[in-house]
Amino acid sequence: MKIVNLKVNGVGKTFIARPETTLLLALREQLGLTGAKRGCAQGACGSCTVLLDGDPVVSCLIPAMTVDGGDVATVEGLADGPVLSDVQQAFLDGFATQCGFCTPGMIMSAEALLDRNPSPTRDEVNEAISGNVCRCTGYEPIVSAILDAAERRRAGANL
Amino acid sequence: MTLLRGRGYASVNYPTGMNLGGDPSQALIHATTMGAFVISLSSVDLGQGLKTVVAQCAAETLGMPMANVIVDTADTDTGPHCMGTFASRGTHRVGNAVIMAAREARDVMLAVAADELEVDAGDLETDGTGFVRLKGSPETRIHIQDITLAAHFKQGKTISGRGIFLKERNYPVPETGEMDPDSCQAHACTVADVEVDDETGVVTVLGLHNTYEIGRALNPAMAAQQVEGGGWMGVSHAIFESTEPYYPASRDHGPVDFCEYLMPGPAEIPVQESVILERPASNGPFGAKGIGEMTANAPIPAIANAIFDACGVRLTTMPFTPESILRGLDALRA
Ligand code: FES
Ligand code: FES
Repeated sequence: MKIVNLKVNGVGKTFIARPETTLLLALREQLGLTGAKRGCAQGACGSCTVLLDGDPVVSCLIPAMTVDGGDVATVEGLADGPVLSDVQQAFLDGFATQCGFCTPGMIMSAEALLDRNPSPTRDEVNEAISGNVCRCTGYEPIVSAILDAAERRRAGANL
Repeated sequence: MTLLRGRGYASVNYPTGMNLGGDPSQALIHATTMGAFVISLSSVDLGQGLKTVVAQCAAETLGMPMANVIVDTADTDTGPHCMGTFASRGTHRVGNAVIMAAREARDVMLAVAADELEVDAGDLETDGTGFVRLKGSPETRIHIQDITLAAHFKQGKTISGRGIFLKERNYPVPETGEMDPDSCQAHACTVADVEVDDETGVVTVLGLHNTYEIGRALNPAMAAQQVEGGGWMGVSHAIFESTEPYYPASRDHGPVDFCEYLMPGPAEIPVQESVILERPASNGPFGAKGIGEMTANAPIPAIANAIFDACGVRLTTMPFTPESILRGLDALRA
């Protein structure tokens, strides 16, 4: 067991991790952040995607003990009170969610993409969410929403 | 290497609901003291949007805003009976039950309002924003929160309603085989455009053009998404998804877990174009039929027909893998 100190959405958190505790389980069960979903628990579906030190990771494969001192961003940290982030708003406006199970992971993958590449092409968006499975939407609305969010972010930056 | 293009189509007639031993669903609705209407169901929303659609049905029937409707898909131990969420039956069965329950609750709501306003309930109407008002005299009105307070604290009434939709069991006519196993049928047609690589056997679905006749689209955005999400799933069944031929006999080859189970990703999606036709069904909630499972049906035979059109290979077993295409091409050349 190990005491882990972690920044989650900008706030310092401390918890006790057992060897088998994954970052996903620590977030969901110890820190009460249930945005990241446990779809497959084997790294195949992306529903558990969060940002670790700015990089998208599948949190179901990361032992919580190894992230001491890290900086984690989850979908819960994106909205500013009732005001959604640009990516969240674009998902809402573009109807890019059906059952919603993939949505938190998709949004975090999109955030990571737009952080490093403000003007992605459709192919680059496809690539960025290629580790995120959606069983409902057929992907098109999701890809379009991410392109839309990129455009909004660029327009905002130019103001 | 040649890329061969082909086009094929397929149609589907899809029943809404099932015969079973009868196919009922029930709904209960009651108003809280704060003026919200709670719909209790044991039907489940597993992402298909049932809660949204039944909330729309209730809001429309009650004449209240959507914000005043809470859907509680509680639990099959405690909720009103429902056969389940399958057979594309949810919108039709549960929607009808909710409308019936909401009508009964609306009548009580209007009776309570009539007492408060000292008018006849038959002269009242809803304005859709939360008020019940006198027809022709809109300033004589009372808000739903005041109606529920009056019901609970003055008049001693519950504003509530019960609803059921029952499709009775139907038996075939022995002489003719004729029967009425479902309540209505939705219809659809998909045209698929494909490209077949005659060297690798890889099939690419370029486009799906869908037309769906679904009675009435209660929520057009969700109906459109169901069509295109189902189209994606059809492509997935047609050319990707399989645990065969290795499952369950042997796990030495083929996908052993979901890391290896093939599904199209965002880069493999075809262009989709969809049209919804509305011809209200007489027994549907506001005319709606079911549009659930059927959306993954027509794309598969349409793609098979398009492959035949492209290269002459007639495939009858899914998925249409490169191997099956190449074997088919070999057989044609032999
Ligand atoms: S739950 Fe982590 S990838 Fe599926
Ligand atoms: S919306 Fe259901 S899995 Fe993506």
